[in-house]
Amino acid sequence: MNSELLRFSTAGSVDDGKSTLIGRLLFDSKSIFEDQFEAVKSASERRGEEGVNLALLTDGLKAEREQGITIDVAYRYFSTPKRKFIIADTPGHIQYTRNMVTGASTSNVALILVDARQGILEQTRRHAIISSLLQIPHLVICINKMDLVGYDQVVFDSIREEFEGFASKLDVHDVTFIPISALNGDNVVERSTKMGWYEGTTLLYYLENVHIGSDHNHIDTRFPVQYVIRPYSDAFHDYRGYAGRVAGGILKKGDRVMVLPSGFTSTIDKIDTADGELNEAFAPMSVTVLLKDDIDISRGDMIVRENNQPKVAQDIELRICWFNEKPLQLKGKYEIRHTTQAARCIVQEIQYKMDVNTLHRNLEDKTVRMNDIARISIRTTKPLLVDSYFKNRITGSVILVDEGTNETVAAGMVI
Amino acid sequence: MNYRLDHLKELESESIFILREVAAQFQNPVLLFSGGKDSIIVSYLAKKAFYPAKMPFTMLHIDTGHNFSETIAYRDFWVKELGCRLIVGSVQEAIDQGKVVEEKGYNASRNFLQTAVLLESLENGKYDAAIGGARRDEEKARAKERFFSHRDEFGQWDPKNQRPELWNLFNARKHLGEHFRVFPISNWTELDVWQYLALEKVPLPNLYFAHKRKVFLRDGILLADSEFIPKKPDEQVVEMTVRCRTIGDVTCTGVWESNATSIEAIIAEVAASRKTERGGRTDDKRSDTAMEDRKKDGYF
Ligand SMILES: Nc1nc2c(ncn2[C@@H]2O[C@H](COP(=O)(O)OP(=O)(O)OP(=O)(O)O)[C@@H](O)[C@H]2O)c(=O)[nH]1
Ligand SMILES: [Mg+2]
Repeated sequence: MNSELLRFSTAGSVDDGKSTLIGRLLFDSKSIFEDQFEAVKSASERRGEEGVNLALLTDGLKAEREQGITIDVAYRYFSTPKRKFIIADTPGHIQYTRNMVTGASTSNVALILVDARQGILEQTRRHAIISSLLQIPHLVICINKMDLVGYDQVVFDSIREEFEGFASKLDVHDVTFIPISALNGDNVVERSTKMGWYEGTTLLYYLENVHIGSDHNHIDTRFPVQYVIRPYSDAFHDYRGYAGRVAGGILKKGDRVMVLPSGFTSTIDKIDTADGELNEAFAPMSVTVLLKDDIDISRGDMIVRENNQPKVAQDIELRICWFNEKPLQLKGKYEIRHTTQAARCIVQEIQYKMDVNTLHRNLEDKTVRMNDIARISIRTTKPLLVDSYFKNRITGSVILVDEGTNETVAAGMVI
Repeated sequence: MNYRLDHLKELESESIFILREVAAQFQNPVLLFSGGKDSIIVSYLAKKAFYPAKMPFTMLHIDTGHNFSETIAYRDFWVKELGCRLIVGSVQEAIDQGKVVEEKGYNASRNFLQTAVLLESLENGKYDAAIGGARRDEEKARAKERFFSHRDEFGQWDPKNQRPELWNLFNARKHLGEHFRVFPISNWTELDVWQYLALEKVPLPNLYFAHKRKVFLRDGILLADSEFIPKKPDEQVVEMTVRCRTIGDVTCTGVWESNATSIEAIIAEVAASRKTERGGRTDDKRSDTAMEDRKKDGYF
């Protein structure tokens, strides 16, 4: 009952078989309940499909079933004796890229599907770029529909080569390639008998064994204050606790710490939880920190170490993925949200847009439209306490919000 | 030292983070309480999240008037235990005042009337966030939910146009009259919930444990014999040893044959079960998209 949690998401172009793969993974690992299976079976029959359409296990919305595509992320759960898994099955359709980013932003592993007949498409590249920008630690390229290309190694090798050529220009480190048939289950949970040339592991074996121990930052101490706990009761009269979730590093009772942006220093008096005091806390634990000295601290402040501080910055460089139909406005003002802080910002400069096919920087056309990836500079109304996203996914990420419509219009990663 | 959390601790930490975020980002949040294990766990986590202060949420129960009597007894005990305020939205009152019309027939249920009463209660209390215990693994429409789920001024959910939700950055901005539903235990499975309740020794309603009860079979589901469900002439009431896997209104909550009298036995049963917990919910069975349709209208 004491197991580790692995979060993974799917990616890839529309119809490459993402939802079918998740359905297959759940089905073959015996994670589907009888009534779920019956419901999907009768839905498949009503739709006049040949077999049981396993994609219906995740495509649960009426509109998704009508159109036969995934629109929004579906979250599914399963476990094996080795691990517990949280799956985000995301849409491949370009119109819903923002939902792919939603599902991918918190995952440890991205499964990028490629239709063996089609090879690498623009949307495959876009998703690979987004996965690399999001610094998803592990990528698995699932070359799918191998049944439709005669389980041919030549096809697999050439797609693999093409992807490797492309990925060499991206910031990705751990890439694995697996030839599969999501429809028939080859190399998903069971080893395929039709691809003797493939010497790697099945997808499930990979997911159960990939090393995720170092996916959190345990070096740079970062504790964004989320909420101040003041009980105002007789028993806890002077209690003033700073509640939050550790975003990096390790906090220990007795540590000298600094509070930003004020710069005051103090000592950790207590690390409190409802289950009692702790000697230390690390990411991603939610705890309450009490300090020896009475300092004015509120939501949005950050507790760090004096010799290891984030940048205190108002001028910030970002890579962004734009989500909104209304293009990014140069000199436009947006709300920016970062850890537990919110401020306003103005877009000072759009440096370039990225061409997802060639990875070239487009310096001419700087209109950042929906699904574009760009590099921009902003200035905020107050200093934010940022790290580069590369160093810390929590203190290096922001979102931009349109103050008129309240929509989340961009995901941003601090450079 | 190995800096790793096991899955229950990681889920707990995530839920506590969400609950604190609600307290920080909303003016007037309310915690929806149904009497079932999921709302019990959410309120239990809310207590932990703000320890040693009191949780900054009021509890809201939408009472159909068709409850298991055990549910109401447990609710009153639990509110005392948590030390929070309880507000009840009454479906019976809404019927009496002619605001909603009761369904007729053998399968009549007040489940659908809850939505109108819920939305009215939220409006009357000027609540800007309603915290619920829905989990993504329960049902295919719920599998699509965000943690912070936006509702328009009619309380409606638009599943085709949800806000992106990235990392742990939650955007709670809204226009006047709109509100949010927040689901702190989105990522928990039924088994996680039971394992955690066992680990933390949370007191539970007796309905979850095997007990003798008069029941009858309808459409393959065992229902509790109750004055609220008219029986068809051929429906035979028998006494059986059963327990609830979910707790809702008597009229739509199926019971299961079970001998699980301890939480450990429940965990073993859930782990071995080949049917989902909502398999016994007649409210989900009315159509393939029953949950999605209700959620679009503003259901829990
Ligand atoms: N022959 C064959 N067909 C497959 C395989 N995997 C998926 N398909 C078919 O490809 C079609 C699309 O599958 P989906 O799983 O819905 O694709 P998707 O990637 O989830 O699509 P979006 O979510 O809309 O981007 C369906 O008709 C599947 O049956 C495979 O391994 N072999
Ligand atoms: Mg899909």
